[in-house]
Amino acid sequence: MTEESYPIAHPSYLVDTGKRKGIKAWLTTCDHKRIALLYLWSIMVFFIIGAILGETMRTELFRPGQQFYGPQTYNAIFTLHGLIMIFLIVIPGLTVVFGNFVMPIMIGANDVAFPRLNLFSWYLYILGAAVVVVSQFAGSGPPDTGWTFYAPYSTQTHTNVIAAVSGAFILGFSSILTGINFIVTIHRLRTPKMTFFKMPLLPWAVYATAWIQVLATPIIGITLLMIIGERVFRIGFFDPALGGDPILYQHLFWIYSHPAVYIMILPAMGVITEIIPTFSQRRIFGYKAIAFSSLAIAGVGYFVWGHHMFTSGMSKEAIWVFSLLTFLVAVPSAIKVFNWVTTMYKGSIDLKPPMLYAMAFIFLFTIGGLTGLVQGALATDIQVHDTSFIVAHFHYIIFGGVGFAFLGGLHYWYPKMFGRLYNIRTANIAWGFLFTGFNLLYFPQFVIGLEGMPRRYFDYLPQFTLSQQISTVGGYLLGIGLIIMIVNLFRKSGEKAPDNPWGGKTLEWQLPSPPPEENFSTPPNVSDFPYDYD
Amino acid sequence: MYTGASNFVEGVDWVFKLIFGIGFFFLFLITGMMIYFAIRYNRKRHPKAEQIKDNIALEIAWITIPTIIVILMFYYGYAAFQPMIWVPRDSMQVKVTGRMWQWSFEYPGGRQANELVLPINQPVKLNLHSVDVIHGFSIPDFRVKEDVVPGKDNYMWFKPQRLGDYEIFCTAYCGVRHSYMGSKVRVVTQKDFTHWLAALPLASAEPEGLTILKKNACIGCHSMDGSKLVSVSFKGLFGKTETVITNGKQRKVMVDDTYIIASVYEPDKDIVFGYQKGIMKSYKGLIKEDEMKKIIDYLKTLK
Repeated sequence: MTEESYPIAHPSYLVDTGKRKGIKAWLTTCDHKRIALLYLWSIMVFFIIGAILGETMRTELFRPGQQFYGPQTYNAIFTLHGLIMIFLIVIPGLTVVFGNFVMPIMIGANDVAFPRLNLFSWYLYILGAAVVVVSQFAGSGPPDTGWTFYAPYSTQTHTNVIAAVSGAFILGFSSILTGINFIVTIHRLRTPKMTFFKMPLLPWAVYATAWIQVLATPIIGITLLMIIGERVFRIGFFDPALGGDPILYQHLFWIYSHPAVYIMILPAMGVITEIIPTFSQRRIFGYKAIAFSSLAIAGVGYFVWGHHMFTSGMSKEAIWVFSLLTFLVAVPSAIKVFNWVTTMYKGSIDLKPPMLYAMAFIFLFTIGGLTGLVQGALATDIQVHDTSFIVAHFHYIIFGGVGFAFLGGLHYWYPKMFGRLYNIRTANIAWGFLFTGFNLLYFPQFVIGLEGMPRRYFDYLPQFTLSQQISTVGGYLLGIGLIIMIVNLFRKSGEKAPDNPWGGKTLEWQLPSPPPEENFSTPPNVSDFPYDYD
Repeated sequence: MYTGASNFVEGVDWVFKLIFGIGFFFLFLITGMMIYFAIRYNRKRHPKAEQIKDNIALEIAWITIPTIIVILMFYYGYAAFQPMIWVPRDSMQVKVTGRMWQWSFEYPGGRQANELVLPINQPVKLNLHSVDVIHGFSIPDFRVKEDVVPGKDNYMWFKPQRLGDYEIFCTAYCGVRHSYMGSKVRVVTQKDFTHWLAALPLASAEPEGLTILKKNACIGCHSMDGSKLVSVSFKGLFGKTETVITNGKQRKVMVDDTYIIASVYEPDKDIVFGYQKGIMKSYKGLIKEDEMKKIIDYLKTLK
């Protein structure tokens, strides 16, 4: 389909065509593309706050002892940093931005199945975020439990835990509703000729993610309510002083929060799977293997939560079962990595910013995955559990993986979203800062973690100083990279983007940049294979 | 780091080397291929991509080989962990108590210490107890760690094999002084150990008031030697005149029975000038009135 088939009568989705104009039109929109941007802006704002909190922690940790704030403030800050980054950014993250913007277009749909529910999910997200913000200022001081809300600390501490927990509870509903919406969209709204196995792999990943969102999130919801029940009504669920069991909390928490890691990473893998064929101009290698591995991760991922609890004193039989299952869930991720790298073989590789982010993703995610094996093995997990090794590992997965995939996706679909190009050179410089800063920041944490440096420590022994200082310098480089990247993307000077700047094959590249409000006025042509570069 | 300080070090470190070895191999392989392809098949050098169809044999290979490798890793991780569960019968038993934010160690015969002194080559079983929230008992040099969970009888065992001092960390986040909840293991000869143990005070010789203060984790924030932790020190507190903030107004009070009871039951009512509100919870119902009297009697002795 060429540009001529879209006459001027179809203005871009960015132009207000209805009765409402400006901000009112945006806040009442049911267009999946606009809702994606609503999420993008909100996530961007929270990400900047979360990153600043992280930078203050790195500054505080530059030297042993107190630099400029005390331990209670430090504890509140790492709690808020975790709450924001996990619940407001990476759990919704790629699903709500790219799942909303490109997934319906990729399957040839004009919108998601329930557009109003989609907008309502965004409002729930904002409400949940607002309650988390309120928890910081109202009541008896900002929560200091860590994002994990481990009982019985969370049921005893004097700080404002109830508000923070309620915020997370509301955010859970936003996630469930988005999941339901996307499952129905993918089942019911695919354009007639697009069968499941003609679908691109991002929709596959979004589909697997959506099932986890729907099936796992209710568990965290009820668990958080149990904390409130214990705090308010003194019902003894978790606190042994009331007859409860603190280990029960950990089971319930991780039954959700481990699958939640796959809620974060699966759509990230989906984005990488779109970027690599485009910039290699090659059909994806192992289409079915990648599609099924997403489902395998979503399935097996439910049964590995116990690996967060190897030192908790749970049954020694359960321990080895969880260890074995944890190792098995590593295999589908490895399959994806091998398929991505093989897709580059004999391709025609263009190292544009999205491809650089995708390659950085593969490197960082591989480090995150391989260090995960150290934690899956019982003997070695005992040594690294609750140390900064874990902090480094999950930042490699969540920031190096999910974060870099998000930035890669943003640089990939940016011309489609806004109809403009960004400065490629500046984007490459920002990428360089981010990649270098990231590794300087988190790699030393592996080293001191092996030496026993515990996590969530306000202060540390002098032998860890050098590594902590390298980390802090890395943190600042990362911050500089983020500033350059944000300025580069959002200054209003880029030239107009062509419809298909990177030579992509999926349906979104057949639409004008930016797309019209109604994506497809006639059903699009569907090729037999979504990555057909022949 | 690889010191052989306990009987577990060798086995655990072997698994570390195995997993890191295989990990680095795959990391270099994947990264190396990726960079090689990016250069060799760069668009400038290789403008037309070759379309390569899926290869079932290759897919099966890279499903099977990683599966075998991870099952091996699982096995060795499990095998090196097994001995940590089975405690030898001749182990010396030490009761470890974690409270916000201090460790204490009770030896057979009821003697108590704040550091863990152990005779070399004697297997020891640590019975882990918490009086408040979850703590984590970690001795990195010995490769051991176990959570200390209230209401649950967790344990660990090991055999110290080298003389010296080793760090103990609390690894499970437990509140404001979490990062200061450390102690030391001192591994000494059997002879030195016997001397040291004999010189320790008996736990039962402790004043009742102090026991109550320890049980409720008061001394995690209120020191007994005059140093400033989270809040005012107990040393010399009774009978002192303090400046407090009540409902936003500054006033002076004399620390007496009434004031102490009020600040335990309603800690946020009068805040000593210079300290933060909202950190201490109310102990109403948790510390009984007769216990309060014993605490006050004890505080009077802390001059």
